[in-house]
Amino acid sequence: MSDSPATVSHAPLDWAYAESKESTSIVSIPEEQGLYIGGDFLPAANGATYASVNPATEGHLGHVAEAGEGDADRAVSAARAAYETYWRDMPGKERAKYLYRIARLLQERAREFAVLETMDGGKPIKESRDFDLPTSAAHFFYYAGWADKLEYAFPGTDPRPLGVAGQVIPWNFPMLMLAWKVAPALAAGNTVVLKPSTTTPLTALEFARLTREAGLPDGVFNVLTGHGDAGASLVAHPDVNKVAFTGSTGVGRLIQRAIAGTDKKATLELGGKAAHIIMEDAPIDQAVEGIVNGIFFNQGHVCCAGSRLLVQESVADVVIDKLKARLDTLRVGDPLDKNTDLGAINSADQLEKIQELVASGTSEGAEIYQPECQLPERGWWFPPTLFTEVSQSHRIAQEEIFGPVLSILTFRTPDEAIEKANNTPYGLSAGVWTTKGSRILWMADRLKAGVIWSNTYNQFDPTSPFGGYKESGFGREGGRHGLLPYMAGVV
Amino acid sequence: MGRLDVRKTHKLYIDGAFPRSESGRVFPAEDSNGQVVARMSQASRKDLRDAVRAARGAQPGWAGRTAYNRAQILYRVAEMVEDRREAFAAQLEVDGRDRAAVDAEIEASIDRLVWYAGWSDKFAQVLGNLNPVAGPFFNISVPEATGVIGVAAPEEPPLLGLVSVVAPVVVSGNTAIVVPSGRWPLTAVTFAEALATSDVPGGVVNLLTGFKDELLPWLAGHMDVNGLDLDGAPSDMVGALVDAGAENLKRTRTDRTDDWWAASAQSPYRIAAFTETKTVWHPKGR
Repeated sequence: MSDSPATVSHAPLDWAYAESKESTSIVSIPEEQGLYIGGDFLPAANGATYASVNPATEGHLGHVAEAGEGDADRAVSAARAAYETYWRDMPGKERAKYLYRIARLLQERAREFAVLETMDGGKPIKESRDFDLPTSAAHFFYYAGWADKLEYAFPGTDPRPLGVAGQVIPWNFPMLMLAWKVAPALAAGNTVVLKPSTTTPLTALEFARLTREAGLPDGVFNVLTGHGDAGASLVAHPDVNKVAFTGSTGVGRLIQRAIAGTDKKATLELGGKAAHIIMEDAPIDQAVEGIVNGIFFNQGHVCCAGSRLLVQESVADVVIDKLKARLDTLRVGDPLDKNTDLGAINSADQLEKIQELVASGTSEGAEIYQPECQLPERGWWFPPTLFTEVSQSHRIAQEEIFGPVLSILTFRTPDEAIEKANNTPYGLSAGVWTTKGSRILWMADRLKAGVIWSNTYNQFDPTSPFGGYKESGFGREGGRHGLLPYMAGVV
Repeated sequence: MGRLDVRKTHKLYIDGAFPRSESGRVFPAEDSNGQVVARMSQASRKDLRDAVRAARGAQPGWAGRTAYNRAQILYRVAEMVEDRREAFAAQLEVDGRDRAAVDAEIEASIDRLVWYAGWSDKFAQVLGNLNPVAGPFFNISVPEATGVIGVAAPEEPPLLGLVSVVAPVVVSGNTAIVVPSGRWPLTAVTFAEALATSDVPGGVVNLLTGFKDELLPWLAGHMDVNGLDLDGAPSDMVGALVDAGAENLKRTRTDRTDDWWAASAQSPYRIAAFTETKTVWHPKGR
């Protein structure tokens, strides 16, 4: 393009893409990071470490301790000591002020955490910057305000903390899942041992440093980095009073079995296969945007993703045509680029799972559509994908893909939409698009799902409870309801 | 020769600005020995009407903020009060208390602001509810701010009492005209300065130093004021003030707080006192 405004030229404009990259200079990642136990960073008892990897480059982001034999016990002991020495008996208004401090520090350091989140997990910076971090800070702010008002949350009861909470969180929203778990636990007066996902430990460790800056007493918050066995030993630890898990339904089942026969309380937020229902009277262009947001937000690594599109037959063709056109405009690539719509797939393992399920879709007879798009050479990537001609028995209509893959089915009547929407073992969320308010409420009454979005999708707020029906788990996070799983004496 | 200090002029706080009284009147603020420590602006009926106008203008915008935003702003007020501890302490000490006693009042005031900040996005969750009506209807009741509220703050404790009546009124989205302690008015002006630097929009809280027996009747009779908190009004005035407020059916809180330090001096029902319950019906059907 010419630099001179005075030149009048009819030469074709050069629409070459100009990248807009967020700087990583704001982030510093220690080469070695220990487990955070009792206010100190300590190596694993056996000295093991592993590298955290940037999924967009396959580059190493330093090494973190790999918790093994005995480490969960050390962390739980530290949490127990902190619980009994000060946290349990601290007045609610003082606990509240710690949580407000944490919220304010997260707001202050939001950009740094967003960049770190994107580097470690592969999600687009515009999502970590505009969604994950602001919402995480808001969760701490919201639950801070409950810490000194528990008697109003559960009137007529004697609300008390449970003790030590063992919390295991996934890699799709590492910081936000931390906030969902840690904020209500601490507000209620529990202490925490957190096991972040193997592939995304970095923001949890940085958060540990942030709690130090907030002056949070040692041992109130502890982090165990490592693999699945570390999570399993945390959950199984006899001195853990409360287990909170977000992740796959398979692991959720194992956890419920592991704590059977104990007094441990559990909250399980598991998989989903959400129906996203488009009625013929829906505002189609807005619905298409909602569908795109519903399935491609965070590369589809979202438990409540609108992964099963149910379109009323009369508008199916127009919706599918518009969807395909919209898919062609999505930008897949460097998550640190501020314009990126779809970032990297979180790990090689996850990419393999997506590829396997997509292959099953084709072999079972569904029709695949993927836009032309150039994927980076290094890292793990998957293009936005649609399947039409999907039937209810197909694996891609039944199993959670956890990737940017949408399965499209059709229906004729509202009753048929409900029938199909509920035809899954999951029940986390659902979406309904129609201009008729009475129909939204009629459908919401019949959908077996914990969250129903109407004429919108993927909305989250600290004040609003979230969680599933059926095999999507039990318990709620967010809102007044989100405190309940962390309270004793509310009977 | 030492440096000569620069003294503060004590003024009213109306619509986010610090004007003198249009009447030109002032009254002395005295310490516990009767020594004059400052000269305060003495608000007039006209100042009060200006304040009501400002409060009315600011109300829709303030109520239109998200509850989360109002929470953060009220928390910011707490931050600003904490930051002005020295100024508050010096002004509170004029009543003869020692530093430890006034520190306790400042700390209780900050904690009370934080407590009400936390209610911003929670009171609707405690005071509102879904109603299971016997028919195919969605039916929900939510509390909404009443509008413009006149507030009489107690004479003592001057800061804790002021905070305790202002926070529950504005947290829900009301705006306020406040008549603070007449005997100990200094901290009201400093509190106004904390408000002015807290992202609280101008006009949300208007503070009129002056005399309650002069100002409260005009406030109670003003047709653009929707509610009155008379907790800090002289008890012999309450009957006449309720009577004056009846003309436009002002929601009037006449409960008297004996102990502003007690936990019972803070309650979500102080918020509820100046909200209107709105019930929304919507049919359900294919």
